[in-house]
Amino acid sequence: MGAPAHSAHEYVLKLYVSGASPNSLRAIDNLQHILETHLAGRYHLTIIDVRQDAAVAEQQQIIALPMLIKDSPLPARRLIGDMSDLRKVLNGLGING
Amino acid sequence: MAKSKRSLQPVLTDKQLKKSPTGITGLDEITHGGLPQGRPTLICGGPGSGKTLLGIEFIVNGALKFKEPGVIVAFEEKSDELATNVASLGFDLSKLQRDKKIKIDYVHVDKTEIEETGEYDLSGLFIRLEHAITSIGAKRVVLDTIENLFGGLSNDGILRSEIRRLFQWLKDKGVTTIITGERGINTLTRQGLEEYVSDCVILLEHRVRNQVSTRLLRVVKYRGTVHGTNEYPFLIDEDGISVLPITSLELKYPVSRDKIASGIPSLDQMLDEGRGFFRGSSILISGTAGTGKTSIAASFANAACLRKERCLFFAFEESPQQIVRNMRSIGMNLEAHVENGLLQFHSSRPTVHGLEMHLVEIHKKIQQFNPRVIILDPITNLVTIGTVSEVKAMLIRLIDFLQRKQITVLFTALTLNSSVTEQTDEGVSSLVDSWITVRDLESNGERNRGLYIMKSRGMKHSNQVREFIITRKGLELVDVYLGPNGILIGSAREAQQLEEVTGQALKSHGHTRRDREIQRKKTVLEAKIASLQEEFESLKDELYRTQQEEQLRQEILEKNRMELVKKRYLNENASKSGKGNGKSK
Repeated sequence: MGAPAHSAHEYVLKLYVSGASPNSLRAIDNLQHILETHLAGRYHLTIIDVRQDAAVAEQQQIIALPMLIKDSPLPARRLIGDMSDLRKVLNGLGING
Repeated sequence: MAKSKRSLQPVLTDKQLKKSPTGITGLDEITHGGLPQGRPTLICGGPGSGKTLLGIEFIVNGALKFKEPGVIVAFEEKSDELATNVASLGFDLSKLQRDKKIKIDYVHVDKTEIEETGEYDLSGLFIRLEHAITSIGAKRVVLDTIENLFGGLSNDGILRSEIRRLFQWLKDKGVTTIITGERGINTLTRQGLEEYVSDCVILLEHRVRNQVSTRLLRVVKYRGTVHGTNEYPFLIDEDGISVLPITSLELKYPVSRDKIASGIPSLDQMLDEGRGFFRGSSILISGTAGTGKTSIAASFANAACLRKERCLFFAFEESPQQIVRNMRSIGMNLEAHVENGLLQFHSSRPTVHGLEMHLVEIHKKIQQFNPRVIILDPITNLVTIGTVSEVKAMLIRLIDFLQRKQITVLFTALTLNSSVTEQTDEGVSSLVDSWITVRDLESNGERNRGLYIMKSRGMKHSNQVREFIITRKGLELVDVYLGPNGILIGSAREAQQLEEVTGQALKSHGHTRRDREIQRKKTVLEAKIASLQEEFESLKDELYRTQQEEQLRQEILEKNRMELVKKRYLNENASKSGKGNGKSK
């Protein structure tokens, strides 16, 4: 979904959203912008609509949405919110912006 | 339910609040039917006050007893931890989960791995909850403890509005929800959840006084319905929570004219008709130490078991084995009753838990065992864990409960030698129907026991002191002797008894001797009479003979004279002399 389909990327990211809520849409926009600016070509992003797959919410311990999970590189991090705070997003992703 | 209770309660209309029974003993009575159906209820309390357990019981009972599946959203413990914690209560959460009767969703929020990057909401939680509810068709939900979210997420504003939205959402879904919350310092919950839950708030407390803890439950608010407002003690044990709605509102219960024997025939004799106490009444045995209160209690229990009635014996001083052994020495075989299942002992130190807990426990045991007679030995020890007025209040509630169930109760109470008044320490003497006092009577260098019936409602009873003796064969009451120096008891009484026997022997001995004397006197007198009679006869004979002689002589004289006259005539005629006249003179 809008992300390059490379197989061995440095950054494996999953963005969980709830349907087309304003927060979700903003989060997708903001995140894609940040990723393109800072990690162009080095990331793999999957966007998952929790509403379509409720069971995943339980598996992934999702409470607050939208939420971005960074599985690699370690350490794993969770970022919640609409990704509007650039400094915090970069911090969470481990990028020194 | 609405129809069956119509006579007692105001007519229930459709508009009236529907309730979801919790299935927790006592709680449904306090709330008149349970928690508000389809609405959230807040359960708040300090750590370890039993919030989580109450929630789980609500869900488990719902699933097992009321066919209402339930969801537990656990914010604190993982689902297997939860299952382990409540396994000791006999709840098999894993099986219930497999059977799709309940669903446990563990919600974990860890602040350290979360970065907040802007606006968010809790729709993830909503989705999970929705999923859980629809997957098993849940009617009940427990959120334990949602306040944990405040520890994991930092945006209070978002959390508050989202929690408010969540509660509204649950209400719209029509599920009956329990939300647990940790008690705050000046508020019911730390995060002020009570602001969002307006339907029903229940407060749990764990109070420690004199090193003894008591759990208390209070319904702080319950909109749109009547409810008990007191603090109700509750107990958590191997069967979960049981709450005690103790204060009955009215003095209205059936009474029995049946009488039951006390196990001491001579005591029964002191009461009207000689048949013992009324069934369902309360009996107090008070006395100083070592006066045989427990023995009286045990013989009462023994009598009940011999009548094939169940008896529950709460011992606060001795262990069951000790009582059984001690009673064997006075000819009571309580062990046989225990083996038959007619007699059950419950021994515990009063300080094991608070007064109210004792009451709850007594209640529970009674509900389980269903006895006709219960014994509390002694109630005095309860004072160690509560004030006199508290003990009294507790006993009032207990007596209330027992009388409603027509259970006869026997209390024993220790009175101190120093107390001059006849009042027992607990002041319960006014509550009980029959009151018997055993007192030490000290005289002639020995102590003996005197038994009095202080009162016995609704029946005539002896006003006399009896000496109470404990023998190998059992308990016995004997009449005391009234002597010039007051009543005689113990060896003085026995001496008096002996004296009486001696007197009797002497008296009967005396009797025979006097009888013999009389007999002898009689014989003597009779002999005398006979001799006098003889004398009289002979005298009479004498007199008679004299009289006869006289008569005879006179006759002879007359005859002689006549003879002489005749002869003189003849002589005059022959010789003309009158010698006959001179000779007769």
